[in-house]
Amino acid sequence: MNIFGIFIDQVIVDFVILIIRCVVWIFALLTTFAYIQLVERWVIAKIQVRIGPNRTGPRGLLQPLADAIKALFKEELIPTNADKLVFVIAPMISVATALLAFAVIPVGPPITIGGYTIPMQIADINVALLYLLAVGSVSVYGTVLAGWSSNNKYSLLGSLRAAAQLISYEVTLGLALVGVIMLTSTLNLNNIVSYQSNFGWLIVPQILGFILYLIAAIAETNRLPFDLPEAETELVAGYYTEYSSIKFAFFFMAEYINIITVCAVATTLFLGGYLSPVPFVPILGAPGIWWFALKVFILIFIFMWIRGTFPRMRYDQLMNFTWKAMLPLALLNVLITAGIIVFMQPGVAQAFAR
Amino acid sequence: MDYGALMEGIVFYLFAALAVLAALGVVIARSPIRAALSLALVFLALAAMYILLNAPFLAVAQIMIYAGAVLILFLFVIMVLNPRLDIVGGRNHAQTIAAVIFAVALGVLMIAAFVAGQPAPALGQFTPEFVSQVGHVQIIGALLFSDYLLLFEIASVLLLVAIVGAMTLARRERDQHANAKHDLR
Repeated sequence: MNIFGIFIDQVIVDFVILIIRCVVWIFALLTTFAYIQLVERWVIAKIQVRIGPNRTGPRGLLQPLADAIKALFKEELIPTNADKLVFVIAPMISVATALLAFAVIPVGPPITIGGYTIPMQIADINVALLYLLAVGSVSVYGTVLAGWSSNNKYSLLGSLRAAAQLISYEVTLGLALVGVIMLTSTLNLNNIVSYQSNFGWLIVPQILGFILYLIAAIAETNRLPFDLPEAETELVAGYYTEYSSIKFAFFFMAEYINIITVCAVATTLFLGGYLSPVPFVPILGAPGIWWFALKVFILIFIFMWIRGTFPRMRYDQLMNFTWKAMLPLALLNVLITAGIIVFMQPGVAQAFAR
Repeated sequence: MDYGALMEGIVFYLFAALAVLAALGVVIARSPIRAALSLALVFLALAAMYILLNAPFLAVAQIMIYAGAVLILFLFVIMVLNPRLDIVGGRNHAQTIAAVIFAVALGVLMIAAFVAGQPAPALGQFTPEFVSQVGHVQIIGALLFSDYLLLFEIASVLLLVAIVGAMTLARRERDQHANAKHDLR
């Protein structure tokens, strides 16, 4: 490829474009995080009949910027008896895994700029669905290590609770997705989206899987009514009690990016991803990325709504709920899906009869 | 210039170095938590190797099972027991000598194997073309539920036995506590 008369190898051009894409993605995610958090404060304020942030900038629109500046200039405290290395690494692990998970999600159909096709996702890998689960299981480290390294009883209790909760709900989260994998027989997110463009959105045959996934996702992101790891009334602030300044902001960031990611995954798997709900109307059928953003935002709004309306569960209720109610239901969903596949498709039914 | 091979080489040596350094960290680290964390780094580096070898499923499974499940339980145990450094750090001379002997023997064996060399085995049924055509996960799934079905089921029963065993042990301890309380009354 010739750029300004200088010959540059295609591999290097691809590499540079990949780096640029990564930077753009991270920037977009962080901006979305900042404003999702502002919108959440507005929504919760409305639910609780308050006014909400409206002082910084027009209608409070500069509030995220003010929060960021405040977080940056606050004093950073590290407890004397903390394991300093682990204490510093823990929030980084949280943010890094939160950002990593988003890499495989296709936010729109590929776009072409100047004869160069740019896919609207960082990595189109064949085991994307498993990758998401793997990154999710690594993100537990951030929480567990933060609590342990703080050398604080409340932090440790919070992180032990968090680890038990995250590991338990991961099981349901994974099993809720099995139905999708069975129907589409692929782990590649692009193929799952194109399956839905042919056979309709997967929320219809997988309604049970969708509901289970959403509940497990709320628990995975430590949101009310499952925010036991950071229950203020009993654990001060849970695993991040000792964190201040930018490190505290990192946990905050990780939590919200995780919310965006789980909603994006739910959109991709169950709600047709970037597909338009009305593809036959030409104007509404065009901009895939806007449909994607709209669907993700509706799901995030449901998360806020739930936070505003439900009380926190007790710890034994939390554990009983996943192991005794959600897990059997997820298994039932696998069974029902298997039944659908076997008896609805003529080819498979014939093979079964043989 | 072949950038693909160059990149592969860079990535391989980067992660190989990381794996070796992290493995050293597992042995050297005095804090058990840091040793466990180094082990997590080893797992991550190995997962990168699997990706280089065109085995993405293995890479993801490695992270999910070893880093995500097994090691988290290690951390759990270490955190709950919170072993004191002076107990853990105690040295056993006989053990040190045995470890050195075995390490040297293993090193000699590996160098000998490397020097002697082996011709690369012929490609079997699963050529790279076949794998990319059918799909990596699909092939593993088909094999697990056909040729290796019995082994797969045996492994799953083994895990089930372990779970039931752990629950029985926990249960018995609780029953004993209950009985002891009853006796006191």
